[in-house]
Amino acid sequence: MIEFLFDYETLRVMWWILLGVLLIGFAATDGFDMGVGALLTFVAKTDAERRVAINTIGPVWEGNQVWFILGGGAIFAAWPALYAVSFSGFYLAMFLVLLALIMRPVGFKYRSKRPDPAWRTRWDWALFVGGAVPALIFGVAVGNTLQGVPFHFTPDLRPVYEGSLFGLLNPLALYCGLVSLAMLVTHGAAWLTFKAEGSVAERARVVGTRSAIITAVLFAGGGVLVWLGLLGGYRVTSPIVWDGPSNPLVKTVVADGGAWLGNFHAHPLLWIVPGLGVAAPLLAAAGFQARLEGWTFIASKLGVVTIIATVGLAMFPILLPSSSNPGHSLAVFDASSSRATLRNMLIATVIFMPLILAYTAWVYRVLWGKVGEKSIEKAGSSAY
Amino acid sequence: MSDFLLVDLSRLQFALTALYHFLFVPLTLGLSILIAMMETVYVMTRRTVWRDMTKFWGVLFGINFALGVATGITMEFQFGMNWAYYSHYVGDVFGAPLAIEGLMAFFLEATFVGLFFFGWDRLSPRAHMIVTWLMALGTNFSALWILIANGWMQNPVGSAFNPDTMRMEVTDFMAVIFNPVAQAKFVHTVSAGYVCAATFVLGVSAWYLLRGRHVELAKRSFVIASAFGVASALSVIVLGDESGYALTDNQKMKLAAIEAMWETEPAPASFTVFGIPSQSDRQTHFAIHIPWVMGIIGTRSFDKQIAGIDELVAHAEARIRNGVVAYDALEKIKADRNDTAARAVFDASSKDLGYALLLKRYLPDPRLASEQQIKDAAWSTVPYVPLLFFGFRLMVACGFTLLALFAVSLWHTTRETGAPRWLFRAALVAMPLPWIAIEVGWFVAEFGRQPWIIDGVLPTFLATSELGVSDLLLTVAGFTLVYGVLAIIEVRLMLAAIRKGPEVAKVIDDLRPSADPAMQPAE
Repeated sequence: MIEFLFDYETLRVMWWILLGVLLIGFAATDGFDMGVGALLTFVAKTDAERRVAINTIGPVWEGNQVWFILGGGAIFAAWPALYAVSFSGFYLAMFLVLLALIMRPVGFKYRSKRPDPAWRTRWDWALFVGGAVPALIFGVAVGNTLQGVPFHFTPDLRPVYEGSLFGLLNPLALYCGLVSLAMLVTHGAAWLTFKAEGSVAERARVVGTRSAIITAVLFAGGGVLVWLGLLGGYRVTSPIVWDGPSNPLVKTVVADGGAWLGNFHAHPLLWIVPGLGVAAPLLAAAGFQARLEGWTFIASKLGVVTIIATVGLAMFPILLPSSSNPGHSLAVFDASSSRATLRNMLIATVIFMPLILAYTAWVYRVLWGKVGEKSIEKAGSSAY
Repeated sequence: MSDFLLVDLSRLQFALTALYHFLFVPLTLGLSILIAMMETVYVMTRRTVWRDMTKFWGVLFGINFALGVATGITMEFQFGMNWAYYSHYVGDVFGAPLAIEGLMAFFLEATFVGLFFFGWDRLSPRAHMIVTWLMALGTNFSALWILIANGWMQNPVGSAFNPDTMRMEVTDFMAVIFNPVAQAKFVHTVSAGYVCAATFVLGVSAWYLLRGRHVELAKRSFVIASAFGVASALSVIVLGDESGYALTDNQKMKLAAIEAMWETEPAPASFTVFGIPSQSDRQTHFAIHIPWVMGIIGTRSFDKQIAGIDELVAHAEARIRNGVVAYDALEKIKADRNDTAARAVFDASSKDLGYALLLKRYLPDPRLASEQQIKDAAWSTVPYVPLLFFGFRLMVACGFTLLALFAVSLWHTTRETGAPRWLFRAALVAMPLPWIAIEVGWFVAEFGRQPWIIDGVLPTFLATSELGVSDLLLTVAGFTLVYGVLAIIEVRLMLAAIRKGPEVAKVIDDLRPSADPAMQPAE
């Protein structure tokens, strides 16, 4: 009975789902940390207010960021070709993301170590960069992935990327970057209204309402771009061998403007997911207005989940299309690790993921409650 | 295909970012354990000085940890960014420990580090202590999994090349996990981290004791650091990772290079204490030998030989010739996937495929290599001996110096008279030694692995991404600049925190209200 779980095709699909789970886990948890970073200088004006905003995420952002690190590790282990092609292809964009993300651990930790206002303001902007830049660039990366990226493999399967940084920063990709930025700003604002006290929460409520509506509109607009065939579309035309060797040189793929809607046409129930991608941010906007803080945060999280899931469902079974050599595109059935590695990793995930979720939940419970200027004063030097 | 400037820059960037990352890691590894031990004493005795110690060293831990995390992010993504062919070629094997590191270690460490700092008022002392131990466990688990990954680069067990996917794939994951090289490296590296933290705590405490500040806290820290230091330094030295050096051709070559053993000697081989090795003359000038010692350390026996460089080069040459057979069979398989004859040939010779790839340094098709090129490729398996020879000796000298320092410190702390001032000064001066030893140690391990990125499987010069030199120049400069600025900030904050000293516990909390006057800042 359990053996079928370890069929190569089942393992591949499960790792495709787990890839989604990890990316969604990252966006749904560290996403609000990045949102708070992006909002920091706008919703918090005084130093005391900024400390409130920072301390709402201070104890948890580090654990949240591990979703990103684990995402990197899991892509390396389960989809080595994807790891190799995307990170070397998006080289300078990744470099910018890394520099921005490096600002966060030091920014959180070092900001309050000195009372000097200039010092603190510098770190505030570092935290802004650490939140806003990755939020934007991850969306840009998704935009490029949808459109296809110019790369090919040599016969030795050496990946060769043919584009440039400025090719990545095309208008349609930047549009996707804005979707991502608006989505995570909303998520950060929802967190702040939920967790912070006073004027920080109040300003976050105003910004959050607007960014939630913008998220819904931009995401729906993205759907229109896909429908118009402007945001790529690729279709596998050769027969798919689900348990074949992971060699991306033996299939044929064509660029087809309508292809990203194919899965939805084939399985109309799937329309629920992009539908929620529009509806959930609107619900969040209503929640902000109705001051239903907990529900707003849940709606915003649902928006994050469904918007990212929409991309995955639209592209399945393709992971990363090649615009210059579509046949070399990476797909679920030809870019994975070996069956043994997928199985070993699945066993490790089944063991550790419940533990991770359990102790993370416990930590959030311990830290339950609002953060305000008084609670920071009370915590003394252990607060950020 | 291989632009050597690109290869050199990629290596430079990896070396810079990895060595920089490892300035912070060892202190995190050791200090987390020391802090957890201090807090345990607090929970057992409820004497607030131990809680103050936990909090104070915790502050320094936090400043260090932040940069460890920041620079660790780079490491996780750099394989894909700069070593794309490597990532494709070995991701099936090498990626899994990295992912499991995230699952098992990073989540534990990162989730509980927040609670360590923010949980003091929200948790009972016992619960907080457990949080601290879980954080320490997480940091140490992460060392385990990254060293399993690194150990596989030195000794690629449990895997084979799959001609259908053109990459290495795992055949025995348990062999990868229980790789003896990885296990030896784990013990060695973690112990080195403990030595680092012990030296740090010893040195900072010595500084307070010299100035008569925070004496109660510093005295206890000095004792615990010297005891922890003796144990860790013994572990580093006795359980050095030399035990893994007899396992593979490359590890043997590394050992021969470290010893500058140009020719195989009759067993047991002598140990060269000092000399001036010359790569071009292929001999060591002015060598001072101690008979037998090397053979005994290297083989744990009196009769097994340690292979010299000449013997290993001859062996490499034979493997290159066999590797060309594998390469030829692989090309036939690529042309016709159903060529069973070629597959049989490949299966018989595939373990030497990597050796044929060494020839790609000289020409695109290894099958066309001349005799001279084969000989050159065989000699290219010899890393640059003088750097390994001196680097290793520097590391060992630091290790023994620290062992002596800890032993003398521990001896003095047990005496009624207390430790003399010269010892405090020595502890202060010795503070850089563990970092020197650790960085040089990594250099010896990884530079000694050259020309391979995976021993016997993939040469380093083939493993990079297809990037432009200008991309690399930009990122090397960018990382250097950002890391440089962060280093300055970190050291300043660290020094400021040390100068400020611990926050003294509120008297109300103290079980001994007549708190020692030495607890008060002396200035």
